[in-house]
Amino acid sequence: MVFRKKDFFGMRDLMAEEIRYILSTAETMKYILNQKNKKSPHLQGKSVIILFYEPSARTKLSYELAAQHLSANVVDMTVTADAYQEKLQDMGQLVDQTGADFIILRHPMAGAVRILAENVNASVINAGDGFNENPGQSLLDLMTIKEQKGSFEGLRVAIIGDLIHSRVCKSNIWALTKLGAEVCVSGPPTLLPPNIEKFGVDVYYDARKAVQGADVILTSRMKAETQNKNLVPSLTEYKHFFRVDENLLRHAKEDTIVMHPGPIQRGIEISSDVIDGKQCIINDQIANSVAVRMAMLYILSQIGGGLK
Amino acid sequence: MKSIIKNGKVIAKDFSAEKYLDIYIKNGVICKIGENLEEEGAEIFNAEGKYILPGFIDMHCNICDPGYEYIEDIETASCSAAKGGFTSITCEPNTNPAIDNKTVVEYIVSKSKEYSLVHIYPYGSMSVGCLGEHMAEIGEMHQAGIVGIADGGFSVKNASFLANVFRYSKMFDMPVITHCEDKSLAGKGVMNEGYVAAGLGLSGIPKEAEEVIVARNIILAEGIGAKLHIATVTTKGSVQLIREAKKRGTQITCETSPHYFMLTEQAVGDYNTLAKVKPPLRTQEDVEAVLEGIMDGTIDVITSGHRPTKLTDKNKEFDNADYGISAFETAFPLSFTKLVQEENVTLQKLTELFSSKPAQILGLHKKGQIAEGMDGDLVIVDLQEEYQINPQAFVSKAKFSPFAGKKVKGKIIGTIVGGRILI
Repeated sequence: MVFRKKDFFGMRDLMAEEIRYILSTAETMKYILNQKNKKSPHLQGKSVIILFYEPSARTKLSYELAAQHLSANVVDMTVTADAYQEKLQDMGQLVDQTGADFIILRHPMAGAVRILAENVNASVINAGDGFNENPGQSLLDLMTIKEQKGSFEGLRVAIIGDLIHSRVCKSNIWALTKLGAEVCVSGPPTLLPPNIEKFGVDVYYDARKAVQGADVILTSRMKAETQNKNLVPSLTEYKHFFRVDENLLRHAKEDTIVMHPGPIQRGIEISSDVIDGKQCIINDQIANSVAVRMAMLYILSQIGGGLK
Repeated sequence: MKSIIKNGKVIAKDFSAEKYLDIYIKNGVICKIGENLEEEGAEIFNAEGKYILPGFIDMHCNICDPGYEYIEDIETASCSAAKGGFTSITCEPNTNPAIDNKTVVEYIVSKSKEYSLVHIYPYGSMSVGCLGEHMAEIGEMHQAGIVGIADGGFSVKNASFLANVFRYSKMFDMPVITHCEDKSLAGKGVMNEGYVAAGLGLSGIPKEAEEVIVARNIILAEGIGAKLHIATVTTKGSVQLIREAKKRGTQITCETSPHYFMLTEQAVGDYNTLAKVKPPLRTQEDVEAVLEGIMDGTIDVITSGHRPTKLTDKNKEFDNADYGISAFETAFPLSFTKLVQEENVTLQKLTELFSSKPAQILGLHKKGQIAEGMDGDLVIVDLQEEYQINPQAFVSKAKFSPFAGKKVKGKIIGTIVGGRILI
């Protein structure tokens, strides 16, 4: 048993060994998912509360399915903006006292999971906090990369796009650098966090240089809000410089893979033909999303949160 | 009322700190300083072997009264200040109602006469409601007793308005105290911009947000010839701007607080909201520059930066948590430990930073020094005993500190305000 934490905050807190352990557990889970009967009893009698302060389709779907495949009781508490007034700790107490074993939290503020975890007995899983991290999404990216490339050692990974508003990109940087991959980032300087090079990544403003010799290209979602904030003049100009298309891929390795966390805007982050091409493995990512979340829940259940 | 402080080492210009001296205070004024003073009916405080410093004057603190008495009020603020060795404190005008007219000034003056252990000298807001739009009745407030014109922690956006305040203030011999933060640069930031903020996924406030406004205010004040005082200098660039301005002979003074030369952004750690202060904690480079500024005299004053808040408002998501620090009771011990013990600043210089310079800037001519004829405001400190900072023991309503558990020296044993001995 390598993993000994009550909660799951992010990739920043994990050691390489812990990440590998989760990934190998996820492979087992994937095997289970490929059986005729997907149900397994590991979380029987446990309850999983999905507490989301932001709308979400894929993350919620995959956590909910993961919990149900493991036979847990699942409650979906997507909180609307009106109910937001209730303090997070109070909401946490409420959920905790009703006997939750797991709280899966998505919250618009960085660090919200930590303050919740300090105030509850249940295990807290970060399903995205502000502009900080989204470890679940990161793990499924890692799992997909591992399936395709075998290992992370010496792998060249280019991350392209809006990194400042992308929590999964941050999680991926933490994780990939720990696992021995060589990471570089590329995007308009206004969309890269200040001092990003201190994370141990190379920075290129020219996407062609970033993808030079890349084994993996990770793209991030361009948010509409970035336009309002004057960070890029327009999406048209953005795609002119940073869209992953046939031209850009010519600079990368021949067997490079292209990934995107979704939801994707066709023709902005990635050109339509690349999305439909065989190098783009977005569908594999989605297929792995349930398996990694099952692994996360299973591993935490071995340590055990909740009131018992 | 008579009192005698016996056998202390006096830190003052005209006296040697080697000798044990007595100080005799009558009706709030220091009457005599000498050896073996006797006076019938005088209250005696034995300061054997301890140091006697001029009472500290805090140029930057919030006492939240009127309007936010549930956070802190005049009485608790004054107790907390006295415990920290401050014999005179000011108050930021960002109260509710704001200190923007003489009635509120009168309320504070009269309430502090009744409830406060220390002297309270209010600042008046330069604008109505601290909104930075319409000029407040500065002259009337001056007559009611304000000692400075401040912005209440809200950096003034409108340069033309500020220029007018600078001009108008020349009628009165008062400093104009400005906080410096460009709102548009600071944006939604909650801590210093940089690697640490990026690693935590928190929005950053760049150092430029401070420096741009420091530069603007210096240029305006310099042209107009106003008495500018810059509150809380925290970055290397700001220190350099002020240093250059002083070299040119500008009438400008500035201050910083202990957390800006003792803590870096690293103190935020894993979303530690106790280290959420405004302006934010900066980098090691800035800390060193601020220390250098203190050493070479660029920074004139050390203030507590006391900004109380409720602990429940600290125990929140970092973005939602309140800014603030409870600092009256830690300001001197921290500064002594850092500056005198580690950086070899003299005790004389430290008393300048805490007492004589603030008195000079605020025009409190009878304060800030120990000499015959000056006000009987003294602090007695034990420089030997080491103790741990324990926020639970604070008398302020805000019982928290990012320095909790830190070992410090420079314990305040007694505070004497106008001859009245407070222990």
